Amino acid sequence: MATQEEILSGLAEIVNEVAGIDVEDVQLDKSFTEDLDVDSLTMVEVVVAAEDKFGVKIPDEEVKNLSTVGDAVSYIASHAG
Amino acid sequence: MVVTGLGATTPLGGDVASTWEALLAGQSGIVPLTEEWAADMPVRMAGRVQVEPAEVMKPVERRRLDRSAQFALIAAREAWKDAGLDGVEVDVHRLGVAVGSGIGGVTTLLDNYDLLLAKGPRGVSPRAVPMLMPNSPAAYVGLEFGALAGVHTPVSACATGCEAIGYALNMIRSGRADVVVCGGTEAAIHPLPISAFANMMAMSKNNEDPKRASRPYDKGRDGFVLGEGSGIVVLESEEHAAARGARVYAVLAGVGYSADSHDIAQPDPTGEGIAAAVRSAVADAGISPEQIVHLNAHATSTPLGDTGELKALRMALGEDAEHIAISATKSMTGHLLGGAGGIETVFAVKAVHELLAPPTINITDLDENADLDIVRDEPRALPAETPAGPIVALNNSFGFGGHNVVLAIRRA
Repeated sequence: MATQEEILSGLAEIVNEVAGIDVEDVQLDKSFTEDLDVDSLTMVEVVVAAEDKFGVKIPDEEVKNLSTVGDAVSYIASHAG
Repeated sequence: MVVTGLGATTPLGGDVASTWEALLAGQSGIVPLTEEWAADMPVRMAGRVQVEPAEVMKPVERRRLDRSAQFALIAAREAWKDAGLDGVEVDVHRLGVAVGSGIGGVTTLLDNYDLLLAKGPRGVSPRAVPMLMPNSPAAYVGLEFGALAGVHTPVSACATGCEAIGYALNMIRSGRADVVVCGGTEAAIHPLPISAFANMMAMSKNNEDPKRASRPYDKGRDGFVLGEGSGIVVLESEEHAAARGARVYAVLAGVGYSADSHDIAQPDPTGEGIAAAVRSAVADAGISPEQIVHLNAHATSTPLGDTGELKALRMALGEDAEHIAISATKSMTGHLLGGAGGIETVFAVKAVHELLAPPTINITDLDENADLDIVRDEPRALPAETPAGPIVALNNSFGFGGHNVVLAIRRA
């Protein structure tokens, strides 16, 4: 089971790869759309890569609730494994 | 309409200057394909771009663009800068784009099919559609410069690049735009298109000697060699170019179109279709055939196509076909399909601007039916003027489906 820090750093790597955002800018309080320039297509890429990386299913209807990086980290932490 | 900017990424170089230099030096851009998938292919060579997009484009941008759009954007950025438009205020309501590719985002489509089979529907990229759609390169070029006058994608197989440039000419003539970024792109080096073209018996299988495989007008020619890349030009109304003091490379004087409506893949053996397009380009440009001193031929290195084109040229121009220095640059670049008309327009514009016709390489045994003036091995100097007026170069492009497009480019 990944720790919160491991999930955050894994997510930061994904956001860096698919959106070109610096890893250190991906912080728990950041909004994907407002702060990180992650549009809806990019969000799907982030979600699919996160599913692969953390072995978790993130249903489409759940994605709209993940407005900040922290939301995503919590969701993954509580649903992984 | 004038050409004020040129851009290219080709098997000979990552920009226009390096490509033109290699072209004049008679270098071949054809290389063996060393990928694992190529081992079982009937054709194991191609003209890969000399400079990989990874060297000049950020990873995030690259993952969002099909390779064909990457090439188009790289060439468009060069052309835009070359035209002196970088950092200049342009009226985007009067700015258009016409860029096409012959077969669209085929590698994106096929790579995503592989992902579908391997991982199921969730494995398919949400970006697959905007990447594989044939208008994607044009759309990304439009986004880059904020073009609002219209972004278009004419498609006519291997005539696509010239068709797009002809479309751009008509956009400006009809008053829809002052500046149009136009040309062609292609990225189809993948086992499926290669197998398909090879099974049509359209490709050279001279895998032992890739650099000599593309040999237009040689008796031993056995088909085309696939290339990839893009050629883009900035076309501008004369008034707009003059008002901003732009450097003018050449005048795009006219375009001629025709259709064979003979066969889906074979050219009309009578040559009537091609001849009609040549006549129509001459008429549209308002030039005298005496002014035509150079042709960038379509000449893909196929047994029927190369000499059929020459026969049609004679049919259209009579004795005036004899004073045309004919260059088959696909002998060096390979055949870029939808990108061919783009890079070859760049070459024809350079030819009338620098007064040099590029060579045709790899002719060791000239086909006796290639009975016009083929520029062989070394570049040829061109005059600036003829008694009838400034020199003109033609650029021919023909595509599967029977599409014929001829551009007439006059010295400025």
